Amino acid sequence: MRDKRMSLDDVVGELRSGMTIGLGGWGSRRKPMALVRAILRSDVEDLTVVTYGGPDLGLLCSAGKVKKAYYGFVSLDSAPFYDPWFAKARTNGEIVAREMDEGMIKCGLEAAAARLPFLPIRAGLGSAVVDFWEGELKTVTSPYPGPAGTETLIAMPALNLDAAFVHLNIGDKHGNAGYQGVDPYFDDLYCMAAERRYVSVEKIVETEQLVKEVPLQQLLLNRMMVDGIVEAPNGAHFTLAGDSYGRDEKFQRHYAESAKDPESWKAFVDRFLSGSEDDYQAAVQKFAQEQS
Amino acid sequence: MTTTETVTRAEYCAIACADIFSGAGEIMASPMATLPQIGARLAKLTTEPDLLITDGEALILADVPALGAKAPIEGWMPFRKVFDVVASGRRHVVMGANQIDRYGNQNLSAFGPLQQPTRQMFGVRGAPGNTINHATSYWVGKHSSRVFVDTVDIVSGVGYDKVDPENPAFRFLNIPRVVTNLGVFDFGGPGHTFRALSLHPGVEAATVAENTSFEVTGLDEADVTREPTAEELRLIREVIDPRGLRDREVAL
Repeated sequence: MRDKRMSLDDVVGELRSGMTIGLGGWGSRRKPMALVRAILRSDVEDLTVVTYGGPDLGLLCSAGKVKKAYYGFVSLDSAPFYDPWFAKARTNGEIVAREMDEGMIKCGLEAAAARLPFLPIRAGLGSAVVDFWEGELKTVTSPYPGPAGTETLIAMPALNLDAAFVHLNIGDKHGNAGYQGVDPYFDDLYCMAAERRYVSVEKIVETEQLVKEVPLQQLLLNRMMVDGIVEAPNGAHFTLAGDSYGRDEKFQRHYAESAKDPESWKAFVDRFLSGSEDDYQAAVQKFAQEQS
Repeated sequence: MTTTETVTRAEYCAIACADIFSGAGEIMASPMATLPQIGARLAKLTTEPDLLITDGEALILADVPALGAKAPIEGWMPFRKVFDVVASGRRHVVMGANQIDRYGNQNLSAFGPLQQPTRQMFGVRGAPGNTINHATSYWVGKHSSRVFVDTVDIVSGVGYDKVDPENPAFRFLNIPRVVTNLGVFDFGGPGHTFRALSLHPGVEAATVAENTSFEVTGLDEADVTREPTAEELRLIREVIDPRGLRDREVAL
């Protein structure tokens, strides 16, 4: 069986400008942040991003990498809640927004996963979602009249992805992987909706150990769903990662405050985002020591 | 001894939020702020024991703990299963709102133009799906004419004037209540417009009118919000919110 282990920069080396990428996790929860930092180090740009957004989308916006975003919300999940870099990109009109109901993202990923052009959904009707999509979002009328009449629903288009990035707690070198914690989020759907699928994990172990450590129901990804696997301990930082660690609230606040003016952001970039992932993790450790 | 003379504004808000769930039965109560959380837990401990409540993340609670406390669980409700519940209709959500108009259109997304807002908030979140699928009520801790506006900038929660009567896909839209620091409201006015049901003790009709951009139906006839029972006061003060978090969310 194929050994799919890669480095963060190898993964990003397979990306091209203009791609549509899906980012797993949810808000500030188990985001593939090490992979996002690797994108920041690259010259990839003009991305279309599909996400339940958090600081992943914020960081990509800070570097001007996002051309268009499909999202149900963008939240840091704790104060100040609104991501400052996403807010700046929006108020400056730098990104095309395809805002939608949260349930519509799941629906669009499920359509892509099943190779369907659309799936009907009630969510979106009557709301500004239809206006956000500027003609890209259509309705579909049921061929089956019901007792109350014939329903016309939103035809949620498949959210087909060129690449998906997700972060899980544990995996093997072939791409089997599991989550440890209370919520799988939608990471399997992102992988099933994508052409190229990349998962980072806290640790890579032998298959035998993986299936011992994780209950069957938490083995979210199988080999057919993964093209590359990266061992990235603390790779979801500063978002939470199930049983592995909680959110680094102090650091997230520092991220949000640093976005306020160009000087403080330059200092943040110089300190945390101008080197390798190892440099980042060392700087984060030092930051935690200073703050304690 | 608890007497009604000592009842605070936040405590009237708490019981008004509990009354949102009267008759709800065996559905998921999804309160999105402190006061609605107190209300849902109060309802579950009094007249609505079959409500399902969660820890706000992924666990369904078997018992009713104090705010922020853990409790034994009875089930699993990760985000993807929440969307199944939304589509099933067996849910009553209480959301916040940056803006609400006369017909119940709500905004928590952003202010200004869609593609270049003047202020960015969360985006529409689950508001479109909630409002089109199941009962949706709102909680506003500071009732003002900046919240209760003539026209919302972005419709995230769907209001009654958006319903297409020819299309049965809209048939589940239902906005039972709006509870604010000033009173209890619904959309039972002419053509499903905003109507006053009760004002909290000490609140004048004129205060509500001054703090609402549009005319409020039934304002002069509105009752006074009912008194909490001694048992409700005990549950709020001693069991659900002993730290008094409720006072931080209610403007006076």
